[in-house]
Amino acid sequence: MIGILVLVVVVVLVLIGIGIFNSLVTLKKRVDNGWSQIDVQLKRRYDLIPNLVETAKGYIAHERSVLENVTKARQQAIDVSGVKEQAKAENMLTGALRSLFAVVENYPNLKANETMKALMEELSSTENKISFSRQHYNDVVMDYNTRIGQVPANIFAGMFNFKPADFFELEDEAERKAPKVSFT
Amino acid sequence: MTMHGMYDEIAANRRNSFFITVAISAVLVVLGYFIGQYWGRSYGGIAIAVIIALVMSLSAYYGGDKVVLAVSRAKRIEKKDYQQLFNVIEELSIAAGVPMPAVYVIDDTAPNAFATGRDPQHASVAITTGLLQKLTRDELQGVMAHELSHVQNRDILYATMVGVLVGSVALISDFFLRSFFWGGGRRRKSEGNGTAGAILLVVAIALAILAPIAAKLLQLAVSRQREYLADASGAKLTRYPEGLASALEKIAGDREVLEVANRATQHLYIVNPIKPFEKRASNLFSTHPPIQERVRRLREMR
Repeated sequence: MIGILVLVVVVVLVLIGIGIFNSLVTLKKRVDNGWSQIDVQLKRRYDLIPNLVETAKGYIAHERSVLENVTKARQQAIDVSGVKEQAKAENMLTGALRSLFAVVENYPNLKANETMKALMEELSSTENKISFSRQHYNDVVMDYNTRIGQVPANIFAGMFNFKPADFFELEDEAERKAPKVSFT
Repeated sequence: MTMHGMYDEIAANRRNSFFITVAISAVLVVLGYFIGQYWGRSYGGIAIAVIIALVMSLSAYYGGDKVVLAVSRAKRIEKKDYQQLFNVIEELSIAAGVPMPAVYVIDDTAPNAFATGRDPQHASVAITTGLLQKLTRDELQGVMAHELSHVQNRDILYATMVGVLVGSVALISDFFLRSFFWGGGRRRKSEGNGTAGAILLVVAIALAILAPIAAKLLQLAVSRQREYLADASGAKLTRYPEGLASALEKIAGDREVLEVANRATQHLYIVNPIKPFEKRASNLFSTHPPIQERVRRLREMR
């Protein structure tokens, strides 16, 4: 009788353990996936820029340097490695794009160009997607970090080496506060 | 902006919805108990009623979205048709971590929007052309965040579950009252049992009449709670409650009536599309909370 009882308790405990372990794996997967989503959006931005520059070239007569800055910043962002350098280069690219958008305001013909309009909407949407994917990444990191810190999941986290994930942080406060680029 | 306001709001709403669901279940159990007491052994009828309610709800659960989209005359669109709308929804599905839903547009000048689908994998969002024209990008984002929150919070599933409970209550009451009036009551076990049997009979009849009303009111309360919840979690997605707040004000200020909406679909929309009804009805009988209150709560989150 006691033997059966012990067996039942052991089986239940093992099942609970498997449940907790699986939930940790799921959360970890979400964190990894969240991180790769950010890269997907960054890559999309790189792909859009050459078209934008090409379209704008024909209209922008004076402020050519703005276009060159965007191209340069894009190349730099693609070339650098390392999380910190990457973040810095991305910030520069965002800044360069912002000044390009400001310049476009001075060229009504360019602003009215259908291709340009579509490209600008695409780019501002991609900017939003980048910041939303970062926000989502931080959301899932918070879920994951909270979970591995809680009893009893923390025991399994320790046993199977689930380490807390890092939050995505921007050094530039202004950058963090300006996720919206909208043209309406 | 403090995020605590939003998280508190979301937690409180989850709690309220939970308690209301428990309350509806309690109505069902009490009703079943008294009718069972009265009938003695005829549980078969109740079982059949519950099974019918279940089957109806399951078919609504799996096919309801298609029916709703069809009666609303919503047309499925691609990115090339409505670039900005599509982008806004794409952005928010990234923020929410849910798959991109199917996007529909309703050709109607009345401003409104709704979401449907049983889970994030089978979700659709619909918006009228009238609303699309009126809103800025930020406001559109607020509205769509509200709709995606319905998807993310599985409100359609939730509404279906509550619908099963309310439907069961109504069916059981109906079944009991009919069988009573048509002579089924004569076979009751308490026959010849004097006062006790009479009291039981009165309680059972009173419950059979009152329970469906109580259940319906609780269901409407759930519906209003879920609207608040979708507002709050939508704001959590955009981190910009003002977008939805000003969109709601724009929608509320509009006088037009959405022709394709009806009593069956009104609870789905972001604001109740049947305006004269909303104006006349008191809080208690409304599927949606008053817009002023929603706007006030959104503005307080900041």
